[in-house]
Amino acid sequence: MKPIEEGIKHLREQAGNYVRKETTFLDSPAFEIAAEGIVEVCRNLNEGPGKFDFLAALTAVDYFPDRPRFKVVYELLNSSQPDLLRLEVLLDESEELDSISAVFPNANWHEREVWDMFGIPFRNHSDLRRILMPQDWVGHPLRKDYPLGYEEVQFSFNFDEIDRRKRYAKE
Amino acid sequence: MYGPELDVGKSNLSHLFSERALTGETMILNMGPQHPSTHGVLRIVLELDGEEIITCIPDIGFLHSGIEKNMEAKRYEQALVMTDRMDYLNNLGNNLAFCLALEKLVGLDVPPRAQVVRVLLAELQRISSHLVWLGTHANDLAAMSMLLYCFRERELILDIFELVSGQRMMTSYFRPGGLWRDLPPEFEDTVRAFLKIFPGRVDEYEGLLTHNPLYVERTKGIGAISAEDALNLGLTGPPLRAAGVPLDLRKMRPYSGYETYDFDVPVDDRGDTYARYIVRIEEMRQSVRIVEQALDKLPDGPFRSSNRKFVPPPRSELGRSMEAVIHHFKLWTEGFKAPKGSVYMPVESPRGILGCFMEGDGTAKPLRVHFRTPSFANLQALPAMSEGHLVADMVAIISSLDPVLGDVDR
Repeated sequence: MKPIEEGIKHLREQAGNYVRKETTFLDSPAFEIAAEGIVEVCRNLNEGPGKFDFLAALTAVDYFPDRPRFKVVYELLNSSQPDLLRLEVLLDESEELDSISAVFPNANWHEREVWDMFGIPFRNHSDLRRILMPQDWVGHPLRKDYPLGYEEVQFSFNFDEIDRRKRYAKE
Repeated sequence: MYGPELDVGKSNLSHLFSERALTGETMILNMGPQHPSTHGVLRIVLELDGEEIITCIPDIGFLHSGIEKNMEAKRYEQALVMTDRMDYLNNLGNNLAFCLALEKLVGLDVPPRAQVVRVLLAELQRISSHLVWLGTHANDLAAMSMLLYCFRERELILDIFELVSGQRMMTSYFRPGGLWRDLPPEFEDTVRAFLKIFPGRVDEYEGLLTHNPLYVERTKGIGAISAEDALNLGLTGPPLRAAGVPLDLRKMRPYSGYETYDFDVPVDDRGDTYARYIVRIEEMRQSVRIVEQALDKLPDGPFRSSNRKFVPPPRSELGRSMEAVIHHFKLWTEGFKAPKGSVYMPVESPRGILGCFMEGDGTAKPLRVHFRTPSFANLQALPAMSEGHLVADMVAIISSLDPVLGDVDR
């Protein structure tokens, strides 16, 4: 059996209660995991026969206004095998998620980025601060209800209107 | 100056520094975003005990331009143009990651000629990126003559890119389904001329640095990291291979026909700055091998898929075929739609694993595009590599990781 299949079997046996759904999109296996079991599942895959020792990616998707609103995606890789395994966690608006940086230390900055861009808080994270935006920024830019944000062009027909709203540098 | 609350940059970082910083025994130094040796707008807050680094905290985000957010407001082919600008030394590589992810998502075929040209140009881009790395790395360590030698060779590669696409850097040459346009007739001769002189130039560079006692003194043992730590910290690419882990996606998960080329992946086991230099020099030589093989086996045929639902028809067809006009109209007004579902496509960029996560939602605009960029992940390992070294080694370590801030911040 290929290591990925062994790893998946081990996952189903040991931590199968956290696996909500198994899907395959374009011959790539994906598991939907319950939020409270993510650390357990990651540890299982890391230490089990699949030996998934590398976290390739950690990101999130916003489905506003659908519910559940967020999907956090983890891509795991075994550093000597070509197969990728995906874990997905569906979250609601203010649900928290455990940090997996105890299992995969490189999740640290990726989780900071997800917190910064989406506002998904991670428990037990050593340093949950904003990473890409300035430290005193308000709002989470990659959410769907956050505007794209650009400066309105000041033509002659709307010159006065924009002039009133525009913030000029103080004298 | 700093009281018990270490308020550096409007955020309380006191939990990251040691207690000695709070009493003022150690100094906090800001290696600010404007610095000649941080390879871009990278800010590092250093806690120093004399010259020794106790804590190192990278602060990024100065080049963040919201590329991922912007892509959600654009159609797929428009979003492709933004990929060049992320890792601005690996434009074609970014294009490739995006195109491969998109082709996987919608199920688009790529003709063999386009696949070979993609590999060829991606490897030339790899050589060009490593040349910039080598020049700036040597420049940081005060071997300043290397900078212009490397950029002289890079000019030849940029001339090749200008020949194929009209642009030196932001080419957007790889499109969904293949290439933007076919190769011009002078392409083969130009590339062969380059391949003839380049190996000799790499030997010249090695002659300048590899056994140079000044260079060796500044790089051997500096920033050493073990294989296990490197994997745990998310390092990929040359830093990981220099630490002893032979992870190269071109061999492990080949894409675009890489399995048909004969090349080696250099691996070193020392894990320090010198090892990363050796690995990158050897990668340049291996890329030359791949380019030669690609040039020899370049097949004839179409340069882009003929699936008119995704690829616009050539203008000559518009005068003769009604379907071509309809396809042209649909593609130019609405754009092609991607199905619901998500893919993750990792490729090997000169810096490491570049992964494109793309989620479609049935419309012509992507729901989410995320790039797992190698420089962002590699920079995470910077504190582990640099704590315990001297400030002067900081520059060597940063440049050996080869961060490109466009890649880090997107």
